[in-house]
Amino acid sequence: MPKDVNREDVQRLVLSGAQLIEVLPPEEYSEAHLPGAINIHLKKLDAQTAKQLDSTLPIITYCYDFQ
Amino acid sequence: MSSRAAWRLESLGFSPVYRYVAGKRDWFAFGLPMEGEFASILKAIDVVRRNVPTCYLTDNVSEVYKRCQEAGWQVCLVVNEANIVLGRLRGDAWRAKPDTPIEAVMENGPTTFRPDNFLEPLIKRMREKKAGSVIITNSDGVLIGLLYRKDGEERLERY
Repeated sequence: MPKDVNREDVQRLVLSGAQLIEVLPPEEYSEAHLPGAINIHLKKLDAQTAKQLDSTLPIITYCYDFQ
Repeated sequence: MSSRAAWRLESLGFSPVYRYVAGKRDWFAFGLPMEGEFASILKAIDVVRRNVPTCYLTDNVSEVYKRCQEAGWQVCLVVNEANIVLGRLRGDAWRAKPDTPIEAVMENGPTTFRPDNFLEPLIKRMREKKAGSVIITNSDGVLIGLLYRKDGEERLERY
C-alpha cells in the first residue's frame, strides 16, 4: 500500500536514492518540477512507460497538490 | 493523481511506492529548488531581505525600538519560538509607552506571500495597494524575510 510522505520525507528519500515521478501532463512538468524528477503523465502510466524506472529503488509520486 | 499513480505503480510490481500528497505547490511555496522553464523567472525569494529584525510578543516597545534603530530598520516582525510570523510593528506602534508589551501594539496577522510568488505580478500588486514592503514566509508561516518594493523594481529593471 502506498505510503503518504511529507516534504521532509521526500528530501530524505531522494538523498537515499528514491526516484521522483511527476504525474501531471508534460506541459506542466516543463514549466516547473522538483529537481531530478521525471515525468510520466498518469494517463500514460503503464508497463511500457514504467520501464524507464529502476525497480530496485523506491518511487515517490507527486502532482500539484492534494488532488 | 499522485495517489492513483502510486497505486498503479504498485500494481506494476514497484515497491516501495510513496505519494507526496502536498505536491509541488507545497515544495515551491517552501522555497525549495525548482527545475523547468519557470526556474529562471524572478521570484520573491530572489530579492527578499532576510535580516529583518524580529521580536517576541512579550518584549516591550522601548527595547525593540532601540534594537531596530541601531540596526537601521523602521519595521520589526513579531514571531514565536518557531519563527512563525504573528504580527508586525511599524509607524505609530513605536509611539506607544516604552514599557508597553509588543502584543498590545502590533498589527495582528499581516498579509504574507510565498517565496515562489513571481516578482513582476507581486510588485504590480504592491504598487496598486501602495505597499512599500511585504512579508515573505514559507507555507508553514515561518519567516523568510521582508521584500521591499523598491528592491523588486530595481531588480526587474535590470532583468
